[in-house]
Amino acid sequence: MTTTVLAAPGWAAAFSHPFFQHALLAGTAIAAAAGLTGYFLVLRAQVFTGDALSHVAFTGALAALALGYDMRLGLFAATVVVALLLGTLGSRGRVDDVAIGNVFSWILGLGVFFLTLYTTSRSAGNGGAGVNVLFGSIFGLSGAQAVTAALVAAGICAAVLAIARPLLFASVDEAVAAARGVPVRLLGFAFLAVVGACAAEATQAVGSLLILGLLAAPAGAAQRLTDRPYHALALSAALAVAEMWTGLGLSYAVPSMPPSFGILAAATAVYAATFATGFRRRSTVPAV
Amino acid sequence: MLLADAYPAWSWNPVTDLQQMWAFPFMVNAFRAGTVVAVAAAVIGWFMVLRRQSFAGHTLAAVGFPGAAGATLIGVSATYGYFAFCLTAALVIAAIPRAGRDAGGGESALTGTIQAFLLACGFLFSALYKGLLGGVTSLLFGSFLGITTTQVWVLLAVAAAVLAVLAAIGRPLLFASVDPDVAAGRGVPVRLLSTVFLILLGAAAAEASQITGTLLVFALLVMPAATAQTLTARPALSLALSVLIALAVTWLGLITAYYSPYPIGFYVTTFAFAAYVLARLGRLAASRRPRLVSSRVPAGGPA
Repeated sequence: MTTTVLAAPGWAAAFSHPFFQHALLAGTAIAAAAGLTGYFLVLRAQVFTGDALSHVAFTGALAALALGYDMRLGLFAATVVVALLLGTLGSRGRVDDVAIGNVFSWILGLGVFFLTLYTTSRSAGNGGAGVNVLFGSIFGLSGAQAVTAALVAAGICAAVLAIARPLLFASVDEAVAAARGVPVRLLGFAFLAVVGACAAEATQAVGSLLILGLLAAPAGAAQRLTDRPYHALALSAALAVAEMWTGLGLSYAVPSMPPSFGILAAATAVYAATFATGFRRRSTVPAV
Repeated sequence: MLLADAYPAWSWNPVTDLQQMWAFPFMVNAFRAGTVVAVAAAVIGWFMVLRRQSFAGHTLAAVGFPGAAGATLIGVSATYGYFAFCLTAALVIAAIPRAGRDAGGGESALTGTIQAFLLACGFLFSALYKGLLGGVTSLLFGSFLGITTTQVWVLLAVAAAVLAVLAAIGRPLLFASVDPDVAAGRGVPVRLLSTVFLILLGAAAAEASQITGTLLVFALLVMPAATAQTLTARPALSLALSVLIALAVTWLGLITAYYSPYPIGFYVTTFAFAAYVLARLGRLAASRRPRLVSSRVPAGGPA
């Protein structure tokens, strides 16, 4: 549903289009949420979990569409439930890679089933639904959808910031944190639920296959740029938002470029730049 | 999906069913290709699970999509695209320094970024190509229709090469996978082995992509191996078991997909996951039984 954009001269024109305003509103909030969540995901070496949840989002969305519900309902229900389920598979709310791999491969297979069900049982106009869920359609958001997405993303940001301090402690040194009475296990689950919600949220912007870039790239770049946790957290969110704007602008200027690609290209370029400029290699906290 | 108007009926007589199915050259080719891919993916996947490189494996599998989409865009065979992208991505991931057995956050962030960026490239290529949207779906989720005899030979040649190299480095690789520090201390070239293994993984992923689609390759890589390693701790036995499970789920998947309107990826993943769940439950039941299994050593950690 990517709207074909006429390359209008001047940037003032861009902001006069409702679809661009909606994309900007939702995109900014989603990018901030992804940047904050992604920082902890990278710090806790749980990027693969984020990867798995992004694939679960695909199945959730397609299942809801095939059964005739609002896509967002399926997205959030599937990702949060599977996130908590994954938490029970590992110790202390951390998940074993092989178990994740097995679960999400099957869920993805289930997604294919729902995709077939949806495209064959409903009218023929649905052929692009799968592609939209996989790769996003941020320029297709309506005003109400954009406002809802922005509010939910703001809620995710608030949740991450609320648990940031104990979560940071628990992520950096789990054993000491547990000894000091931090509810490590509970925090692990809460964090997984937030990651699930964030994956569901970001699916609407960049699509379920590309969420991983929005979660991992700004956070990875921020971790290379600074050692201080709170600076890195803020930097990760700021980078994500800046990359989102760049991507939206790029895709507006070059109409044949899908917005998801623009966003991912900006994110990857920033991350690559942190390597190219030769910032000192900082050993990240190992997963224990 | 192309068969939607005329589904063959299931007759409950396996001999006539097989005869009827194999009367179609495309089904014979699908079975040949499926067999080759299942064996290669199961063996490589067994080492991948042992080495805990699921994320790298998933990334290598996913990058086949931009490869195939890019090849379609410039008008060459998708097979070249799969191999070019998967092997290049394997080299890039091998270049990322690995701190220890657990890939640290920074490294997995890099792997994840590579994966997402390449998938976005694939989306760009298919948007530029402006082809049928159905093409994207079949690249991602696979199709067993229309595999040519030439393709089967290419798959067989690559699989034979991969398995030959793996046989040559099998012993040191097993050593390096189980205990990298001791292996390095004994003079095993751990780093080199790791690079070679990633290249083999890339080749196997490129192969399997052509049958199961790039998103579901991972199912063939991880599930049979994880099931086998849950069931037994002996390397040779679990390797053989992994191959058997992969073959069984692929053949069952092909047969059920032939008789029903849903895609093969769904069936292969469902059968493989069912096997995994059964294995986990069986193991759980066995460990609940007192004293009988106390001597058993878990295979490759908490599989």
